Amino acid sequence: MAIGLEHYLILSAVLFSIGLYGALAKRNAIVILMSIELMLNGVNIALVAFSRYIVPLLLTGQVFAIFVMVVAAAEVAVGLAIIISIYRYRETIDATKINLMKW
Amino acid sequence: MGITIAFWILAIVGVITALAVVLLRDVFRAALSLVLCFMAVAGIYITLSADFLAAVQILIYVGAISVLIILAIMLTREVQRGSPANRLQIPAFFVAMLFLGGVAFAMLNTPWQVSSAPPLAPTTSALAGLLFGEGGFILPVEIAPILLLSAILGAIALVSEK
Repeated sequence: MAIGLEHYLILSAVLFSIGLYGALAKRNAIVILMSIELMLNGVNIALVAFSRYIVPLLLTGQVFAIFVMVVAAAEVAVGLAIIISIYRYRETIDATKINLMKW
Repeated sequence: MGITIAFWILAIVGVITALAVVLLRDVFRAALSLVLCFMAVAGIYITLSADFLAAVQILIYVGAISVLIILAIMLTREVQRGSPANRLQIPAFFVAMLFLGGVAFAMLNTPWQVSSAPPLAPTTSALAGLLFGEGGFILPVEIAPILLLSAILGAIALVSEK
């Protein structure tokens, strides 16, 4: 059975759902950030698969995947800086205890 | 045939390591399996004949982002406490399953217009033409370094003393 577009799309959906579960259900803020990286990787697989199978000569999906990677790099730098800053002041990175912006 | 075997191996490795990221109690081991998952995704890009993107994935994700994450884990000393789930574990599982079911249903029932043209073999020069050439993505390319610069400055301002 040949590998088609649907295989890659299902794989990306599975990776995105695993990341979604981790981002919703974990306490450790670093693990939440790692789950967000998983979700971004799933989206990238879908973009590259669309680029390969729908418009193989345009490569637009690969350009979009490159921009997703740029935003992911910026996001992980700022996110980890926020986590380290919170850890310095509160001695914890438990996301259920960090509620200083809760009204 | 080789592509098929490679896809199944890489997909199984990727899904198992992604599950390990969210299910392992040891944060450090979760970070290491995240690195393995990134490498499996790079292999998936190679099976999609996106060679430049696979190299970029190895450089940025396996090289830079995983090092940042491991450094943050070591700086925060939460390794002993592990990564327990909060009290939303079961609703989060159902939300994720519902999302997966809905997206898979939509993906399998959409009649995709799959093109039969062979993919471009070296994508690097074509990508460079798209990013920097006439009528390409030159404005987002110019905005991206501003975003990266502001992210670097923001990170420095956040972690500096006082």
